Amino acid sequence: MKNYDSIRHTRGESLFVDDIASPEGTLFGYVFYSSVAHGKILNLDFSNAWYVDGIKGIFSAKDIPGENQIGGIVRDENLFAEDTVHFIGHPIALVVAETFLQAHEAVKKIKCEFEKLPAVFDPREAAAKDQLIVKPRIFSLGNVDDAWNSCDYVFEGSAESGGQEHLYLETQASLAFPIEGGGIKIISSTQGPTTVQRTAAQVLALPMHKIEVDVIRLGGGFGGKEDQATPWAVMAALAALKLNAPVKLILPRQEDIRITGKRHPYSSDFKIGLTKDGKIIAYEATYYQNAGAAADLSPAILDRTLFHCTNSYFIPNVKATALSCRTNLTPFTAFRGFGGPQGMFVIESAIHKAAQKMGVDPSVIQKKNLLNEGDEFPYGQKTLNCHIKKCYEEVETRYNPKEIYQRIAEFNEKNKLVKKGAAIIPVTFGISFTTTFLNQASALVHLYTDGSVSVSSAAIEMGQGVNEKLRMIAANELSISIERIKIESTNTSRASNTSATAASKGTDLNGFAVIDACKILIERLRKVASEELKQTNPEKIEFKNEIVFHAGEKTGLTFSKLVKAAYSKRISLTAQAHHSTPNIYFDTKVNKGEPFAYHTYGTAIVEVTLDCLRGIYKVDSVKVVHDFGETINRTIDLSQAEGGIVQGIGWMTCEELKWNNEGKLLTDSLSTYKVPDIYAVPKEIKIHFLENVPNPFGPNKSKAIGEPPFMYGIGAYFALVNAMKAFNPNLDLNYSAPLTPEKVLLTLYNKRQIGRE
Amino acid sequence: MIEFILNNAHIISDVLPTTVLLDFIRKEKKLTGTKEGCREGDCGACIVLIGRLINNKVIYKSANSCLVPLGDIHGKHVVTVEGFNQAELSPIQSAIADEGGTQCGFCTPGFVVSMTGYFLSNSSLNSSSAVESLGGNICRCTGYAGIKRATEIGILTYEKNKSQKKTHLENLIDLKFVPDYFSSIKDKLNHLNSDIFRKVRQSETKTLIAGGTDLYVQKWESLVRGQADLFSGKKNLSGISIEGDQIKIGAYTTIEEIKSSELLQKYFHQWNYYLNLFGSLPIRNRATVGGNIVNASPIGDMTNILLALDATVHLTDGTKKHQILLRNFYTGYKTLEKKKHEIVEAISFPIPAKNFLFNYEKVSKRTYLDIASVNSSIYLEMKNGKIFTIRISAGGVAPVPFFLKQTCTYLLKKEITTDTIIEAGQIAQQEINPISDARGSAEYKRLLLRQLFYAHFIKLFPQQIDLEKLL
Repeated sequence: MKNYDSIRHTRGESLFVDDIASPEGTLFGYVFYSSVAHGKILNLDFSNAWYVDGIKGIFSAKDIPGENQIGGIVRDENLFAEDTVHFIGHPIALVVAETFLQAHEAVKKIKCEFEKLPAVFDPREAAAKDQLIVKPRIFSLGNVDDAWNSCDYVFEGSAESGGQEHLYLETQASLAFPIEGGGIKIISSTQGPTTVQRTAAQVLALPMHKIEVDVIRLGGGFGGKEDQATPWAVMAALAALKLNAPVKLILPRQEDIRITGKRHPYSSDFKIGLTKDGKIIAYEATYYQNAGAAADLSPAILDRTLFHCTNSYFIPNVKATALSCRTNLTPFTAFRGFGGPQGMFVIESAIHKAAQKMGVDPSVIQKKNLLNEGDEFPYGQKTLNCHIKKCYEEVETRYNPKEIYQRIAEFNEKNKLVKKGAAIIPVTFGISFTTTFLNQASALVHLYTDGSVSVSSAAIEMGQGVNEKLRMIAANELSISIERIKIESTNTSRASNTSATAASKGTDLNGFAVIDACKILIERLRKVASEELKQTNPEKIEFKNEIVFHAGEKTGLTFSKLVKAAYSKRISLTAQAHHSTPNIYFDTKVNKGEPFAYHTYGTAIVEVTLDCLRGIYKVDSVKVVHDFGETINRTIDLSQAEGGIVQGIGWMTCEELKWNNEGKLLTDSLSTYKVPDIYAVPKEIKIHFLENVPNPFGPNKSKAIGEPPFMYGIGAYFALVNAMKAFNPNLDLNYSAPLTPEKVLLTLYNKRQIGRE
Repeated sequence: MIEFILNNAHIISDVLPTTVLLDFIRKEKKLTGTKEGCREGDCGACIVLIGRLINNKVIYKSANSCLVPLGDIHGKHVVTVEGFNQAELSPIQSAIADEGGTQCGFCTPGFVVSMTGYFLSNSSLNSSSAVESLGGNICRCTGYAGIKRATEIGILTYEKNKSQKKTHLENLIDLKFVPDYFSSIKDKLNHLNSDIFRKVRQSETKTLIAGGTDLYVQKWESLVRGQADLFSGKKNLSGISIEGDQIKIGAYTTIEEIKSSELLQKYFHQWNYYLNLFGSLPIRNRATVGGNIVNASPIGDMTNILLALDATVHLTDGTKKHQILLRNFYTGYKTLEKKKHEIVEAISFPIPAKNFLFNYEKVSKRTYLDIASVNSSIYLEMKNGKIFTIRISAGGVAPVPFFLKQTCTYLLKKEITTDTIIEAGQIAQQEINPISDARGSAEYKRLLLRQLFYAHFIKLFPQQIDLEKLL
């Protein structure tokens, strides 16, 4: 059975925002933004822009009828800058014209004078100046201060991880047009339709019911359209309202890279204490999160760094402090893993450093400290159905790391200029929004009299296959052919007050809501069937493959006939259900609770080959054992895992964001910001689905899959470091990702200065 | 008027010849399967096939439609993803869907087009050359694993079911890789008036577009306003030939034509490998050697190779011709020893001597479809154990495509020893002047040039270099 979205994708028939036939007279927007990282706007002069042919409007802060505010968690971000700009790319105005070229031409004619103010780009410097987005957050378990003395070894160090551009293939896109009664309909490429709706309502001073947001699908999201699809949708809505005309705002690629947020860069310190045999007794870490100029989702991301500060290990004494630091860069935002990968990179660096000093392989320490059933995380939750050891051991039996290490040692012995390296990386990832109230979703299911079925929910399709999974879930629940089921666009008129599709929770939350809605319908249909069959006990009615069974006996009644009968009997063929994840809570005062519905587990072994003459490398293989629960759709889950791994490798290796010392992004195009291409990916990606691990907390016993595999990419970093060590055992190692060919070469040769300079 | 075939439709249009093909497809023809992902030829979401008649055969090449002026497709067949759609999915579409080769779907049409293009233009199929044809397509979702599986399934399906009695195209049609109408394209193209000779004379104000693969990145917005002329149609400006003791390459010859030239492959055994590092297949299908030279990028790959080959640039103003050594052609950052109304019509270099040695090195952040941090070429002839002729170029280390003149002078008439190479490497460091930018710090580029300089000798003289001492 083919995924019906996939069929349309391969035929080029899937519609994205820019593919939808625009209404007659659609105008085009272009954003004018700050060219300085921090400054006062002294003079903003639009006069020359008004001379451009086709210009229809220029909108800035003073044109906003409602609040000039788009901040979600912290209300610290305006839609358009007022007196002060806080980063290069800070929107100042939206220009609207008859064509895209005219709008851009007009933007080039805007004159804006700034008085530059001191700017900060480094999170540690921001922290030193007390520029924090929220108060420092601390998670702790046991008592580290008392524990250091009982350690045989204590090591300290620091670790840096770089930001990451989402590079969703479809850039930020929205189309807004006026609808009857003074409202606006927005078609947006957003993961959070309600966020767009709520924000547009606030900015436009309209009630939420006058804003309708519709989303067909996204050409990639990865978190980059969770909060940051909003400003562009709201700008288009503002212009549509003011001009009473349809307005399309699609960011050109380079502008998208320059002005939208990315994964947060982190700079962190760690201290790790162990016994002689590698048991970790204490772990202390401080994370300096570079939040950029506004809060955006940074506080929630900061928390997830803390939730995953110990990755897959039980450590009895932990103190993890996280600071969200305000700098003059574009506000950083959600990206697959949501701060988790940054936290895991630090503990893995600490373990690697300890292993180096102790003269053992990091896997020795990893294995000694893997979580057991019932172990407590620093946030108070205890593991339940913990499969991390199973995964790690399965990696050992299936892929034989010992043999791999042996083979690598022999290869390295023989080759002077080419070295190989390997590393194992276990991953444990908590599933749920850590902001408890977000763990809710709804579904609306219509049965039509011809037997076709329409399903609406809060889930956004962005390539993760949630539509197909929901379709399978509904077909299974209604016992009908999947062909009958259509998943509708996500629309705020059909699914209200939605949470963004994020945190890997799309299928879990919406899948349960679909199940519940289908159950309501089944209940009604049972009654109707019972009546139709002149029976008295609806409990004895069952549905199998579109056929009605009574007391285990096949009847002549089919799903289609039954639906028609129900309609004739004036029975509602529509059901709506709301689902909220049970039993989760988190007390942010003490930072303890049960924030996650469950955890997902897995382990990977990564092998690389390094050209030590040129500093370039290849990831040879990534071999994984992963806990998918009972997969709903194997093809989708496999592809999610493969894609996540490659994106994680990109973050750790070639994807590098570089700013100049004025805070201007230098890697602002696809020619300078390099994501993995078909040559750069591992020659071999092997993924074993851990067997017999039904998940009682997922729909149809499944597990969430979106984010966890991303973190296997961390293994590529340490495999490379191990290969570098093979070339130069004395190299001076900083844990700093991404490990670009530049960093590799400079490190291999100990940054020896050569020639002049 | 521009006349061509778009999928199965005959198109006559009077839009400006500099109109971007992508915009024409999406906006004029409402074929939205072709996507805009970056407008710089770096993502492949907008890839289409361009078929043209060569010796009465339709030859298809992939191209980034965001960088193609509409005027260049006059008389040709353009195929978008919609042009492959049949009642059922093609084996390629089907395999991509089955293997998890598509997630969000935005890049997928580009992959379908590139992959189908691979089948159309190759009758001997294997997975490594298939992957090469996808080097210009970026997917951010799948990690390419499903795409690679789909490629292999496509090849197997074809190999298993093809009929030996049929032509390659007939097989592709029978097996539904492409729709029936492909069999009629040859006749249709024969009936188009493809003769659009354009007078090639650079006017004072207008830009002259050859392949357009960099010009459309830099300034498509001004080009589509008509402030440009097209180089296409000047037939005598492409081709590779031997003239006397020189190998001559027409300025409009594409990099892919240069890469697949049997004449050049005969001289340079690793030619294919070297030129594979240049852009991607769809870029190489469009980019020309003349464009690469005139663009004057300090890290131009072709320029770098040609510098070491001691190339000469042939210029003409339409009546008068003159020649200049490539190494004297660059006077500063993006400034040329060329009068405004002159165009480059060819490039030539001496036929390599017997027993010559050549090597090309390039390092970039990503090995393929990336711009070099540093690149370097070496041409060398030995006589009686000593260096008789040596030419080394270095890109990314100066404002111009750079020739390591002093280093070469030092090495002349020397024996190859580790000490000599170390000494020469130090001279190279004094000649160069790299700057820090998105492609690396100056410190890195210095170190990298040293490494690539060493790499030349390690590769060419493995017996004479003591690695322990060198590194």
